Amino acid sequence: MPRGVRKPLVMAVAAALLLSATGCAEDPTAASGAGSGSTIKVGILHSLSGTMAISEVTVRDAELLAIEEINAAGGVLGKKIEPVVEDGASDWPTFAEKAQKLISQDKVATVFGGWTSASRKAMLPVFERNKALLWYPVQYEGLESSPYIFYTGATTNQQIVPGLDYLKEQGKKSIFLVGSDYVFPRTANKIIKAYAAANGMTVLGEEYTPLGHTEYSTVVNKLQQAKPDAVFNTLNGDSNVAFFKQLRSSGITAAAMPTVSVSVAEEEVVGIGPENVAGHLVAWNYYQTTSGARNDTFVKAFKGKYGAAKVTSDPMEAGYNAVYLWAESVKKAGSVEVEAVKKASAGISLETPEGTVTIDGENQHVFKTARIGLVQPDGQIKEVWNSGKPIKPDPYLKGYPWATGLS
Amino acid sequence: MATLNQLVIGASIGAVLLLIALGLTFTFGQMGVINMAHGEFIMAGAYTAYLLQPLVGTQSVLVALPVAFAVAGVLGLILERLAIRHFYGRPLDTLLLTWGISLILQQVARDIFGAPNVQVRAPGWLTGGLDLGGVRLPYNRVFIMVLAVGCVVAIWLYLTRMRHGRRMRAVMQNRQLAAVSGVATERVDQLTFFIGSGLAGVAGVALTLIGPVGPTLGTNYIVDAFLVVVAGGLGQLRGAVIAAFALGILNSFVEFWVDNGASFAKVVVFAVIIAFLQLRPQGMFVVRTRALS
Repeated sequence: MPRGVRKPLVMAVAAALLLSATGCAEDPTAASGAGSGSTIKVGILHSLSGTMAISEVTVRDAELLAIEEINAAGGVLGKKIEPVVEDGASDWPTFAEKAQKLISQDKVATVFGGWTSASRKAMLPVFERNKALLWYPVQYEGLESSPYIFYTGATTNQQIVPGLDYLKEQGKKSIFLVGSDYVFPRTANKIIKAYAAANGMTVLGEEYTPLGHTEYSTVVNKLQQAKPDAVFNTLNGDSNVAFFKQLRSSGITAAAMPTVSVSVAEEEVVGIGPENVAGHLVAWNYYQTTSGARNDTFVKAFKGKYGAAKVTSDPMEAGYNAVYLWAESVKKAGSVEVEAVKKASAGISLETPEGTVTIDGENQHVFKTARIGLVQPDGQIKEVWNSGKPIKPDPYLKGYPWATGLS
Repeated sequence: MATLNQLVIGASIGAVLLLIALGLTFTFGQMGVINMAHGEFIMAGAYTAYLLQPLVGTQSVLVALPVAFAVAGVLGLILERLAIRHFYGRPLDTLLLTWGISLILQQVARDIFGAPNVQVRAPGWLTGGLDLGGVRLPYNRVFIMVLAVGCVVAIWLYLTRMRHGRRMRAVMQNRQLAAVSGVATERVDQLTFFIGSGLAGVAGVALTLIGPVGPTLGTNYIVDAFLVVVAGGLGQLRGAVIAAFALGILNSFVEFWVDNGASFAKVVVFAVIIAFLQLRPQGMFVVRTRALS
């Protein structure tokens, strides 16, 4: 054989050997299947269509930004993260179906997704059955702690309870509860009523409207009759727009009857119209105006990627953090294998746009600083109070005597 | 006083129902087309107001009324020409077809305008309200009531006083007879669809004053709109007016009297309509014709 032919052959054999060798080296991390190849696949599962798309699309954007940033910095375990995006379509069975698809077909290392509690409840059995991981980025009603879900949004003692504490501190003696008719507002209001009973507050009324409801003049009339000191608002989605527009046109001012909302962030304020909601209160853990260099870079990067007119909000930030917290846990575990990641995650602490967050190993929630904000006429939210330090997550409110019997 | 207030609220809910149902009395009531995409024409009207905002400033709501009428009307015309006319006389197919189109239009809106709600600023003279001895009349509600009444009067004049309108009624009452009398029924169908869809656009502009402006705006209202048309009697302007206000007032009182009544009021309204249709399957008013269909 002439030399010119033999040489490529030798090189091919060498290359094959080399490839199989690197393959072997990678084996431990490839346990879940997600580690094979040069990328680590992760699932992103939010509603990109339907009624919840309004909120969830922004969280997807924030999560993709975090993945892009981590990849630009070299990825994790020497590999790039490859997002597989699926649409939950605002339909809870679809969430369960797509979660199963991401786990068994795409073999993702973890999934970031969900918004409504209904979608989380639909996905929970899927993740527990498959022993796969879900990172859920939205504040919720608590009373849950699945070993296969990480909760990076606030639980009740990091949002609702501080919101009530603030109202009490302001001398508000009577409240009226307005919410959408599903699991989050109903559970949240149960907690609020228990708090009120223990703290000398009267609950003057409790009104639920179907999701997507847009006619609030009757509810507003009931508010006018009841004359509460404050309104606690757990409406979700589009209904907030109708509620605040109609509240304002009825002549009720924020000064006379402030509302505290737990599902209205910067993104929603744009749709409601800042002038309709200015002066009302919201309870979250993060605002676009939260000070700190880490937040400045986040806001700048987000606007740079998606447009200067975009705003950042609490659930977006929690989704963004989720990706970083997962990446940190993977680095610490040296593997993307679920049990190893879970074990490594306990106590992981990160500098995030909202400040320092730490994963609580006990319940897979995170320590978060509670912040009460006042909506400004320009649509931004100004912090008027914060808890001073990150609050330990207590999903079952075990540390609150008045909450016994709730869970 | 609360009761009186609630009556006013009921009337204003009725005015909203009437506005969103008016267009349907044409396309559904007169032509028998179950157009599930009607809600998306409402949405198109609302987004028209949003798009006009930077061009004409805070008075965009006024300017948007005629423009939205034209935009939604043309959209309806395109839909009729491209798709619906091939399905005349096949109500189930039309329903599925237009439902699919409505999903497509929603997603198109989401891609163009983004998923989050957008804001349409109301002109200054529409914020605030009138206090009549404890009864509060928000200006935007007054505006919607005036707009609804204005639309009804205009349609009534059109149907009874103008040649085109009379032809429309002729085609609706007896298509064959109208055709042999020299009425170009296909042209009339197009015009009917244009007006019906255009009215949805007008309703969309009005809704920007009280509710969210987003891709799912139309779906929030479509069922209510069909209810009004069915209860009022197909193609009956008079029936639609009475049904809209009756349902609005019923809804507002049930919601007020019952604690946590928003869902309950919906149930009651549905139950009343079902019971009513058992007694009068044709709705409140029926056109008596000698047509064999």
